[in-house]
This record gives sequence, C-alpha cells and structure tokens, in this order.
Amino acid sequence: MTGPLPSKPRVGLFVTCLVDLMRPSVGFAAVKLLEQAGCSVEVPAVQTCCGQPAYNSGDRADAAALARQTIAAFAGCDYVVAPSGSCAGMLKLHYPGLLAGDAEWSGKAKELAERVHELVSFLVDVRGMETVDAEFKGRATYHDSCSGLRELGIKGQPRRLLGSVKNLELIEMADAEVCCGFGGTFSVKYPDISNAMVEKKAANAAAAKPDLLLAGDLGCLMNMAGKLRREGRAVQVRHVVEVLAGELSDLPIAGSK
Amino acid sequence: MKSATESFKENARAALDDAQLQRALAGLPTGLVANRAAARARLPEFEDLRDVGRDIKDHTLAHLDLYLELYERNATAAGARVHWAATAAEAREIILRICRDAGAKLVTKGKSMISEEIGLNADLQAAGIEVVETDLGEYLVQIRGETPSHIIAPAIHLTQDQVEADFRRLHTELPKERVLSEPSQLVGEARQILREKFLAADVGITGANFLVAETGSSVIVTNEGNGDLTQSLARVHVVVASIEKVVPTREDVSTILRLLARSATGQELSTYTTFSTGPRRPEDPDGPAAYHVVILDNGRSEMLGTAFREVLRCIRCGACMNHCPVYGAIGGHAYGWVYPGPIGSVLTPSLIGVRSAADLPNASTFCGRCEEVCPMKIPLPKLMRHHREADFELGGSSRGYRIGLKLWAWLARRPRLYHVAARMAVALLGALGRRRGAFRSLPLAGGWTRHRDLPAPQGRTFQQLWAERKAGAPR
Amino acid sequence: MTSREAILSKIRAGLGAGRDDAARRAIAEERIAARARHLTPERVKDKSPDQLLKLFRGFLERESASVVEVDSKQDIPSAIAGYLRASNLPARIRVGGDARLTQLPWGSEPHLELLLGRAQPGDEVGLTHASAAVAETGTLVLVSGADNPVTLNFLPETHIVVVEEGDLVPAYEDAWEAIRARFGARAMPRTVNFISGPSRTGDIGGRLVMGAHGPQRMCVVIVRRPAPRT
Repeated sequence: MTGPLPSKPRVGLFVTCLVDLMRPSVGFAAVKLLEQAGCSVEVPAVQTCCGQPAYNSGDRADAAALARQTIAAFAGCDYVVAPSGSCAGMLKLHYPGLLAGDAEWSGKAKELAERVHELVSFLVDVRGMETVDAEFKGRATYHDSCSGLRELGIKGQPRRLLGSVKNLELIEMADAEVCCGFGGTFSVKYPDISNAMVEKKAANAAAAKPDLLLAGDLGCLMNMAGKLRREGRAVQVRHVVEVLAGELSDLPIAGSK
Repeated sequence: MKSATESFKENARAALDDAQLQRALAGLPTGLVANRAAARARLPEFEDLRDVGRDIKDHTLAHLDLYLELYERNATAAGARVHWAATAAEAREIILRICRDAGAKLVTKGKSMISEEIGLNADLQAAGIEVVETDLGEYLVQIRGETPSHIIAPAIHLTQDQVEADFRRLHTELPKERVLSEPSQLVGEARQILREKFLAADVGITGANFLVAETGSSVIVTNEGNGDLTQSLARVHVVVASIEKVVPTREDVSTILRLLARSATGQELSTYTTFSTGPRRPEDPDGPAAYHVVILDNGRSEMLGTAFREVLRCIRCGACMNHCPVYGAIGGHAYGWVYPGPIGSVLTPSLIGVRSAADLPNASTFCGRCEEVCPMKIPLPKLMRHHREADFELGGSSRGYRIGLKLWAWLARRPRLYHVAARMAVALLGALGRRRGAFRSLPLAGGWTRHRDLPAPQGRTFQQLWAERKAGAPR
Repeated sequence: MTSREAILSKIRAGLGAGRDDAARRAIAEERIAARARHLTPERVKDKSPDQLLKLFRGFLERESASVVEVDSKQDIPSAIAGYLRASNLPARIRVGGDARLTQLPWGSEPHLELLLGRAQPGDEVGLTHASAAVAETGTLVLVSGADNPVTLNFLPETHIVVVEEGDLVPAYEDAWEAIRARFGARAMPRTVNFISGPSRTGDIGGRLVMGAHGPQRMCVVIVRRPAPRT
C-alpha cells in the first residue's frame, strides 16, 4: 500500500458463500465488529464464492474465473475482510499463484493479496482492537481451523478478544489444532474418513465440557455442530464473531439441544 | 510392489471398521507426535535447520548428476561395486545376480523402503533364496505376509496380542508354555530367532538414508542395530538406494541428521548411525568381503523437471504421516502402495501414475499439518493439488461430481443469477429445517447426513438481508 | 546406452543441464572441497569442557546408558570390574587389538578374563575404545578396524566403551574433522558408527524395549583429563 491510510478505511466484506447461504447472522456480526473498529463496510453484490471447491478439485479454469470475478468485485476497497480463514487464505495466498500466468490479472491478484485479511486477525493486528463489548456467561473453547491457523497464523487473536468477553471462561480442548475433517469437498467425497475425524474432534470438544464451541470458519463449525447434535451432546456451536459482537439471539448452529 | 491404490475407498472403509487397527492407531498423538514436539522444543534452532536442510537438498538435486558421479567415483575408489538400475526390474535382476554369484542361500535384510518399492523379496524367494527381514517391525510384517503400514514403524498397525499369536503360531520349536505377555519377552524371542539368521546369512541387504558424495559412503540409521548386524556379519553387503539419497558432504549429512530423528521419533539422534565405505579392509577382522551399491531411478529422474522435484527432498522420517489426521484414521495399508500418508499421496501418483492412484491426493482436507512438520519443508498440500489438477484434466472424479461442480461453477460465475438461486434454495431449506435447526437426512446430502446432522440455513441470504438494510428496511 | 548413462542423461534433461558443463561441475567439486559447516546448535557453542561433559553424560543417561568417570587410565579395569559386578554380569570380556585397552593394568582385576579378536556368537561383553565423543547428542564415534572390530559394537549383550575426555567435541562436524585428520581428507574406514545408547525398539505395541538386536546394556567409561597442576 502506498500513501497514508484513510482514517475511516473502506472495508469490503467478503461474505463467503457459506455465511451468505447458511448463516447471515455471522455476516452482520462481522459488520458490527468492523464498524466498531472504525471501518466503513461495503458488501459488493457481485461476489459469490472464492472458488475453493473448484481449486481443490483440480479445476483450475473455473477457480481462476472466480478469482478474477472476486478481484474485480473488491477493486475499490482499502481492505478485503472475510469471516473465514479458509476463504481469506484462498484470496491472499492462492489467487496470485492461480493467476500467475495471466498477464492481465497476476498483478491485480498480488495487489489484492496485500489487502486481504481474515476478520478477527484484521481487528486485532490491523485495527489494534484489544477488547470487545460483549458478554457470555459460561465456558467456551476454540477450535483452530486449519487454513486460518497454518496459512494465516491465526491463533492468539481470537483468544485475546474472547478473553475480554465478560463472564466467558476460555478453556482449551485437546488437539485444538487438529483438523475437524471438513475439508470442503473432502467431507462429501470421503464421508467415512471425514466422519472418523469429526468423531475425534467432537469427543475432544465434549471432554473439555464447554457450553460453547467456537471457531472462525463456518464449514468447520457446521461439521462439528452436525456431529455434536447427531451424538446428542449438549454443546452449543457458534462462529466466534457472533460472541465477539454480542449477537447471540439466533439459534446456535444446528439448533440447540 | 503391486498396488491396491484403486480400491482406496474400500480399503479406508475396512480400516475404519477394524477395531484392532483403530486400537493400534490410537497411540500416535501421545507417542510420536508428542515426542517430536518435545525434541523440537529442546533445540531452538530446529526451524532454522529446516531451512538449511531444504537448501542442502535443493542444491544437491540441482546438481544431482554431478553428485552421483562424484559419489560413484569415490565409492569405487574405496572398493565398492556401483550398479545403476533404471527400473525396479533391473534392480531386482542386479541384486539377484549378486546373490547367485555369492552362492547365497540365506539373505538378511535391514529395513529398506526401496526394496519394498521394487518388490525384491518375492524375486529372491522365487530363486530359492531364504529372505529374512531383521528390523523387528519388518519381521512382524513379513511373517504375516503383509507389507509395512508406516515407513519408520512398519508394524504400527499391529497390537501386542497379535504379535504374541503370530510368534506362537510360527516359532513352534520353542516351548509352548513359555510366557510372552510382555513386549520385552516378545523382543527377546525375536532376538534369539533372528540372531541365528544374522550369523548364518550369506548376503546382507540394507537401504541407505544417505549416500555421501565426498567419501563414497552409504549411511543407515536404526535404533535396533539390525542393519549393522546385517551388513557386518554377511560375506556380501548390498545397498539399494534411490538417486535422491545422495548429499555432498559429511557436514551436509550432519545437518540433516539433526532433523531426521527429531522429526521421526523425537530422539536427539537415532541410536545407531552408520557410515559404510567399501568392503572390509585387508587388516579388518570383520565386515563384508564385498560391498555393492545399487542406485535406483525408477521414475525419479522424470520428476526433476517438474514441480514434483521438491518431493525428492524427502528423508523418509514419517513425520507427515504421524501428524496426518487421515493417516491417523485409516492407517497405512489403505493407501495401497509402498508409501502411505501425505508423502505417499504425493509420491505414489508420481511413480505409478495419477489415474491409478487418484484417490490418494484427493483424500486430504489440506489441513497443512504435514507441511508444517516436514523437516524438508516439502509443500505436500500444494503438490497434492497438482495431482488433482492432472487427474481432473484426465477426466478424474465421478461423472456426477464433475457435473455438479461444473454446474455450481457456472452459476457462481453469474452473481445475479446465483443470488436469485441462492435465495430460493435457502428459503426452501430454511422453511423445512428451521424448526429443528438441522436435518437428519436430506436428498443428495447422504454423504453428509449419514454421519452427522446438516445444520439448516437461517432462511434468508446475507445478500438479501443486506440489500434490505441498505434500502432502509429493518433486519 | 547403459542404465547409468540413461539415468544421468534423464537427470540432466530434467535439470536442463548440459553434459559437460564445467561451471556446474566446479560448483559441485568446490562444495565438497569446502565442506562448509552449516549451523551448530547453541547448546554446544562456546561451552567449557565441563559443560560439554555434563551435556554428553546427560544425553547418554537419558538414553539408558550407564556412565562411569575415572581420573586415570589406570582406573579403567577396576571401573569395568565394578560395573560388571554391580550389574551381575560375567567377567569375560572380548576386546580388539587396541593397545589403549589391551595395555591397561588388567592384573589389578585378576578375575577378569580378556579374549582378543572380533566378536564371537557366545560373547556376552564387548569392550571398545571410541575415537571421539560428541556432546550435542551424547554420541560416541567408533571406527572399525583391527583395533576395534565393528562386531564388538553389536553382537555382545553388553557393550562397554572407553572414551577420553580429550576426544570429546561439541558437534558432529568436529568429529569429522578428527576423522579427516586421522584418515585423510576424503578417506574413511570401512565403518564409522555413531552410537547414542543401547539398542532399542518400539515396534511392539509402541512400547520401548532395550536390546532389540544390538546390546541390551551400554556402559561408557569416561577418562577425565588430568587435572592441571597447581
């Protein structure tokens, strides 16, 4: 980035297809937090999906087309922020490689990459947010989704903000950094292996005896919530930004027990 | 070795249903994974060493022809006979010829993944030669007629009870009433049986963790000492090693050794690291009278000009499989060929073809833990994705999956239409599922709902609600 | 074309390299000649001999080796006799031709029996002299030959190794320098063994058992440097 940052940066919200379809309340919680962090939020209507289903299925052509569409959609924003480490990682780390051979778009992909952030790390690392104004009475544990953790280094930021939520007791479960078995199309292509993985995750989560299981990626959350509910375990599952924004009026993911 | 990669899904299903196997795999996280983490914590330079190790291998691979020639020259000067094998079949022929020339009746073997790759044992046995695996895990696997399920812990899929049953079945010359309830008793019995083999062997075959160009040495790393007995007691020592095992100097080996054991088992260094150079010297009272090295290509040279060159950095520590949640769920045999886990998911399609091993690179969540722990910093997920791309180009994945993917991509590239379709789908699903919050089953979502509920959407899309909010309507 | 030529030319094709590229060849040969060190662990950098010895001992003991220190070579026989007695082991020892071992005052321990030569199947105790000790991981460096036949390191159930404190070096690379000084810049004895404890396996149920194929027990006798005269 060149030049001084505007005092009220224009943040383009990359909603992510799962939040758009399954859980818009996460999107609104994200908007609330971004506004609290002094940003003005825009939501380009021409965005759809980051293209990971195609990219991870080996379909480079469709993935590249979606990458170009996304880059164009966010051309005017100071930042592009997504409530997902996985989608943010796709935009930030994979678009440049995907479009490397495209003379017209490779520069734009690199330029976009500079502006892309996952939401919680953006709040803490870029906007300097240290506390949130929210409350939750109970025990919460946080699952580190793989892309956010390993591609973007998201580990301390959500825990730091959760630490400021009134009456929330943050506890760690075993193997918080181990994959939940979602993996996008993996969960559909290899359901049995995916199930074995989410079984372990559900067992680890339940063993920590939390009231609330949190994470930063809706795919992982749907997977874990679906398993916990199937097993009849009384753990509520929510996206971390819902708690940080104090937006808890909607049912938890996969309903409540 | 024959492959069973094409039946990966069935293999995996069977592995998940195998209670014995699941018990055996349950110890991985608290064993090898925890040990590696502790070893890494004890050596603050560990992460820097990974960069250095990667650079050493990258440099070597970029000059591979030259280092192999230098290795050969120095090994030959020390009295080694160096053989080159372009294919697995050629390597088997060379080794069989060496064994025949030596009049071998009994061959002992140290652990060698390359010998598994070329399917050596069957050929030797067909020629009437008794072949005995001496690494304890390899021995356990051999007496069951199985293959290794892990590259450093070949019998990790077996429980102690299974070993006891096998020993009682096989070692019939020993008293029936002997007690074998402790691992130490089982190890003692294997030691006794295999000691006789070491002493009687004509030829000892080992692999090599490294070939050192500077000195013409081959290097093996073990904890049991079986490789040393294999190579010191037989008249003839045969080393079989693939081309990428060469490194320039002993300093380079030293650096990589600092990574190998720590990554593999969490040891500071494996118990035995042995550098062998040529046959025994005239004044030596022991050691092999002849020393052969078989350098195998078997498809690797073709990887050098591709993105897959990076996988040739692999030092076979096994850390990627120890940390892989998919490996942890299904074990090594499900992968269907010599190399399981993430490294196998990259190497196997490169060596036997992506169409016959397409499931391997596809069966990953790309969680990235393998790359995170790889001492050679091999970008395993990226390379798996390359295989997926090649497979997709060649028409891989089921017809239904491809059609679904193409339809979705077509729609996703048309935002206006996409948002209309999304609104309709979400409204329908939301209406059906909102009351309970989730679906126990749903048409076309059987893969998901067989094992878990599918959370119901909230009923309206974010874009729809955002547009309303912008237009001034309350949410 | 031989397989050798086929493989090398495929490698060159993959690398986009020419057959006789003098510049590339020079890079490889110079790297070998330079034998550059990479990264030495902090744990052994700028450490005093006592610190190195403590580190060396600590790692060996962690790996289940017994360690005995003696002040003088003359004390080695009694130290070995003491170890064998305490461990309830036979007093018959197999040793190679190393004068540093054979010339010790064994007469002080008349019940000890010394057998000379390479290891034989029935041998229960092997005695060898290490050529170096590496502090960074508690590793002994042994070279094969008539002095210390390699089978002594692996066949007997008990392995006793004598090492002099003066041969204790910080890192593996230092041990290689010592070997270069003794054998020549690129020459090696038939076998160099790095040994960091007794033999072990975890192949049965993931439980660690000592004495898989090599020695079940290892005793390291460290001969301390003579104390400086005051």
